[in-house]
Amino acid sequence: MIKRVLNGADALVRSLEEENVEYVFGYPGVAICPFFNSILNSDIKTVLVRQEQCAAHAASGYTRVSGKPGVVAVTSGPGATNLITGIATAFADSIPLVCITGQVDSRLMGSDVFQEADISGACESFVKFSYIVRQASDIPRIVKEAFHIASTGRKGPVLIDIPHDVQMDRVSGFAYPVSVNLRTYKPTVEGHPVQIKRVMRELARARRPIICVGGGVHLSDAAEEVRKFAEAHDIPVVSTMMGLSAFPTDHPLFYGMVGNNGQKYGNRAMNEADMIIMVGARVADRSISQPDLITENKVLAHIDVDPAEIGKNAGPSIPLVGDIKHIFREFNERDLEVDYSDWLDWLDGCKDDVLNAESKKRAEIQEEHILQGRKNYVDPRIFIRKLSLKMDKDAVYVADVGQNQIWSCANAVMRRGRFLTSGGMGTMGYAVPAAMGAKISSPDRQVVAVCGEGGFQMTMQELATIVQYEVPVKIVVLRNNVLGMVRQHQHFVYHDRFSVTDLSTVPDLDKLSEAYHIGYLRLETNEGMNECLDAFLKEDKTMLLEVMIDPDDLC
Amino acid sequence: MQKKVFQLLVDNTTGVLSRIAGLFSRRGYNIESITAGVTADPRITRITIVTSGDDDILEQIEKQVAKLEDIRDIHELKPEESVYRELALIKVKADASMRDGVVTLSNIFRGNIIDVSEEALLIEATGNSGKIDAFLRLLSGYEILELARTGIAGLGRGVKNVIMIDQEGEIYKYVDGKPESED
Repeated sequence: MIKRVLNGADALVRSLEEENVEYVFGYPGVAICPFFNSILNSDIKTVLVRQEQCAAHAASGYTRVSGKPGVVAVTSGPGATNLITGIATAFADSIPLVCITGQVDSRLMGSDVFQEADISGACESFVKFSYIVRQASDIPRIVKEAFHIASTGRKGPVLIDIPHDVQMDRVSGFAYPVSVNLRTYKPTVEGHPVQIKRVMRELARARRPIICVGGGVHLSDAAEEVRKFAEAHDIPVVSTMMGLSAFPTDHPLFYGMVGNNGQKYGNRAMNEADMIIMVGARVADRSISQPDLITENKVLAHIDVDPAEIGKNAGPSIPLVGDIKHIFREFNERDLEVDYSDWLDWLDGCKDDVLNAESKKRAEIQEEHILQGRKNYVDPRIFIRKLSLKMDKDAVYVADVGQNQIWSCANAVMRRGRFLTSGGMGTMGYAVPAAMGAKISSPDRQVVAVCGEGGFQMTMQELATIVQYEVPVKIVVLRNNVLGMVRQHQHFVYHDRFSVTDLSTVPDLDKLSEAYHIGYLRLETNEGMNECLDAFLKEDKTMLLEVMIDPDDLC
Repeated sequence: MQKKVFQLLVDNTTGVLSRIAGLFSRRGYNIESITAGVTADPRITRITIVTSGDDDILEQIEKQVAKLEDIRDIHELKPEESVYRELALIKVKADASMRDGVVTLSNIFRGNIIDVSEEALLIEATGNSGKIDAFLRLLSGYEILELARTGIAGLGRGVKNVIMIDQEGEIYKYVDGKPESED
């Protein structure tokens, strides 16, 4: 065998192999061609998406299900700038990605040559760190550091911008560093024992405590530890949107999602509590309407790996910095004698009251509709609940952004599966590519994307990728011919002055499915929902289900 | 490679410094030092940048910076037509026995002793960068505990290149005590 001379691109591929990378999502161009040339010598598989933004979303779906940082590689200039929304989306939800961008030759950088963009400058405010590689010999160290930074502490995307000439430069050999040495980056993992003790002491004193789980519980892979702790002491649990599915939603201790789009009983539970244990959540504007007030009459214990999040929106009584998994392992080892049964009874009563009132209200609205002789549609609440119950217990549910997302959060029953959505950035079009990435990481799990026709049309070109790589994801399009969430906002705030929310022209989804050779189903009313869902979920094949819903239905 | 000092007059807007710094970093220009401070007119900030590069790069720097929306004026402060000053705060380790030597050196360079403790002296020195460098070289026999240099601020000599700002915020050149006539 002829020993090839190694260049920078080879070193890059070898480094990815050292990190056990299985897949690279990307889109080539001249500036990243050396890398895509070298990757042919590797077992690393490549996925050619149809637009760069989707490479980042697919990598995000991949990493959120597999737990391994997703890898993206695109070319310079427009390839890199198309990636920006995907990187920002990952950053907002603390998703670890390693994004590699080709760059023009280093001697030409700064001179506005063809396909040059200052991508590290452009992404500055939403990457965890970025590198511009100046020397091919630096590549192994930089890749090692990039994976370390992306996947430790508060996780997030890292950008590596590599000029074309650096990829082509010869390197004298390849040695992958064993460890990283970053003087300024040392995230805290272990929780401070004194603070852990204080949390336990306050819990012993509390009468109405509640645990609020956020996205950090997923990122720390701590769902098991948190559940064990809640069950051991019968502590009720609520969730933020990003925390959904970190705790089974059908669990008797679960009291819904909090926030302005959450359940009323979840929010009431938070208000009534005398102690909140906030776990891997930012206490941000969507989940807590007045963060500075929540500490008024209660003890707030805030657990987060990012010390900057603690005290950013609400001053906690007990700040506790560290990795959630570690901290809950500590919690689980300590003795705690408590009885919160009165509190749980109260919460159950509150939940029943709210649910009864809501179903009564829904029934009234429906009656009114019948009296008005309005067209009958599918009720998205019933549909989503049924869909989630019929899905496999460990299935991945990917909600897009908009009304579909809010209905999904409130109604999807998540047992052992994963709920994914773009919570921080609210990026429409996230669901289809993220579902694709999730399915690629776990081919044995069922993956369903639920979107509106707005978000679907933003990234529906990925149907081609899904077909090409035989990734059998299921796609639900809730169809109401309008941009529902914005229209709802215009209904409430602008008194029905509907502006630029008419989406009545959507490609015929039946024909579209035919064009991509995927299955298609359509559900027009609640009737026949069971049979339709059974047919939709039956085989491990890509299917598109169009569900007709009322444009005036509000979430 | 040669060094050049540019003087910028910029609108005192949010982020102006970051836009200038961003332009230098993305185009790969060097910044050796940058100082900024508001002028007599609070709407305008004066920035002095010391940069280096070959003639082509230096010409590009001037042109690219001039294009930024907030920049009112950029021109070179040529060494023969300008004065530059830099402030350095130098903390020198010196107990009672060493103090006199340091003070003598400081006096030669017209430095001021602005803080004294049992173990150290804090010297304030101003001058062009060459003078500060020379002072630091002479202090190398002592242990410098901390050093803070501001980077240079500069102005042109005389009234030849004075830029004024009128009531409306428009800039004009001041020539022989009068605004430059328009032609």
